[in-house]
Amino acid sequence: MAEEEEESELSDKQKVEIAKWFLLNSPPGEIQYVAKDVKSILNNDDLYNEAASEAFPVYNKFHLISLPMSNRSGDVLVNSFGELEGNAFLEPRTAQVAIIDHVKQACTEVRPATDEELPSPYTEEFRCNLDAEILKYVEEAYPKGVCSVYCASGKDVEGPGSDFELAVVISAARHSPQNFCNGSWCSVWNIEFKDDQQTVEVKGKMQVGAHYFEEGNVQLDAKHECKDATLFQAPEECAMAITSIIRHHETEYLASLEASYLKLPDSTFKDLRRKLPVTRTLFPWHNTLQFSLTRDISKELGIGK
Amino acid sequence: MEAAMGLMRRIPPKHTETALSALLSLMPHHSPDLLSQVDQPLQVLCDVECGKQFILCEYNRDADSYRSPWSNKYHPPLEDGSLPSSELRNLEIEANDIFAIYRDQYYEGGISSVYMWEDDNEGFVACFLIKKDGSKTGQGRRGYLEEGAWDAIHVIEVGPEEEENTNYRLTSTVMLTLTTNNESSGTFSLSGSIRRQMSMRLSVADGHLCNMGRMIEEMESKLRNSLDQVYFGKTREMVCTLRPPSEVTQMRMPES
Repeated sequence: MAEEEEESELSDKQKVEIAKWFLLNSPPGEIQYVAKDVKSILNNDDLYNEAASEAFPVYNKFHLISLPMSNRSGDVLVNSFGELEGNAFLEPRTAQVAIIDHVKQACTEVRPATDEELPSPYTEEFRCNLDAEILKYVEEAYPKGVCSVYCASGKDVEGPGSDFELAVVISAARHSPQNFCNGSWCSVWNIEFKDDQQTVEVKGKMQVGAHYFEEGNVQLDAKHECKDATLFQAPEECAMAITSIIRHHETEYLASLEASYLKLPDSTFKDLRRKLPVTRTLFPWHNTLQFSLTRDISKELGIGK
Repeated sequence: MEAAMGLMRRIPPKHTETALSALLSLMPHHSPDLLSQVDQPLQVLCDVECGKQFILCEYNRDADSYRSPWSNKYHPPLEDGSLPSSELRNLEIEANDIFAIYRDQYYEGGISSVYMWEDDNEGFVACFLIKKDGSKTGQGRRGYLEEGAWDAIHVIEVGPEEEENTNYRLTSTVMLTLTTNNESSGTFSLSGSIRRQMSMRLSVADGHLCNMGRMIEEMESKLRNSLDQVYFGKTREMVCTLRPPSEVTQMRMPES
């Protein structure tokens, strides 16, 4: 094989894998910059295109990116709940389907959703009520939040007697490369309507990332999962109850992030390095000249143990 | 090379090692540049002769062996591995002893190593290294950290003596990761790396060790402060921009 000729030369497949690794590990909002660097290092458009076409869809869905729809009727969230075949994503609020160019991170085309792509009137009523409440909440809580509610399973359930599942996706991103700072908040809530137990189980995953890179590279990566439940009621009541559960957990989570930051300077960070020595005074370097004569340094410095 | 450095500014610092080895394999002809410009987490070996650990870096490496600052011997053994002059070796021994005390006072544990070597213009270069595992399974006294690593690299170029003064040029890098994990707040992880430089012209009357030590102490405090205040602070600000603090939203919460 050709790659055997030069010593430890990588195969094309390995190069593509490495390129994908870099792309997938891009901080929120920075994949295009990473892509530019990866492209220039690979110096081979075919390999780059292969890596990009595999990595971008995964990255876009993982980071729940939102894209303005090409007919200017709002944003579409890119995520697995809305994913249809052929780079198409359902936007349930306007019952439209957006066709996405993953690598350009742009919406190229919008069409109305077909009946098969939409939930039955029964589940749609739950979905639609929840969407209205979540939208109110997200507009209140996130200055730049985008949200969507999907029917994750049981979209053909016609009436009481069967289980179904909704998913709430909330994404808020802030990109300010001019301030060397990017960040994103993603939360995904799975809501299972259990008909036989007449309960609604709520499971949430929240993920927050931030990157500050002026003369350095510092990143926050925080995740949390939680669970809750409420009663299976009429669609309006369910929507209110679920939204208040989500609001409660997200508010609590934000408070715990704040608490983690507050604990940093005096407790957490101290286990790495103290601000001042145990003696609370700067290290007595000036006393160190005579050390070459006396080997018992600790004693000499008056800090013996 | 520019693109490679661009990537290193963006890839999460906890993946530095993976990223560097990926770059080395993609661009083997740039490996000397990559190795000198990308700082990577420090590795440790045990000096078999005195049972003490020492830190590995480019500056105590010869072929595939590393010189221990404790026994002055290469691990694995190497015939005619390069050694500092006996005068510089004496300073190195002293520096290691003192720096270990400094390290213990600030880090309450950890490992340190100091290496020195002659350079081409009548001066010398010294490299001070510290590695601390602050996790609760490591040497984290308070037990807050699931994961906690601090690696500091200080390289000081010491110029020749001129009229009882000497120029010192310090380049310092700190790399750290800290992760807390608990039931109510999930995992919270901060990782980062910053590099800064500082030059000073100082009287040699106090001795090289004293001058270098003070510079390092000042620099470490500065780096720790800016990580704490500026860098962590900026990521916290970002979180608050994404979702402003709870009081604000709670006040607007509709009563149902």
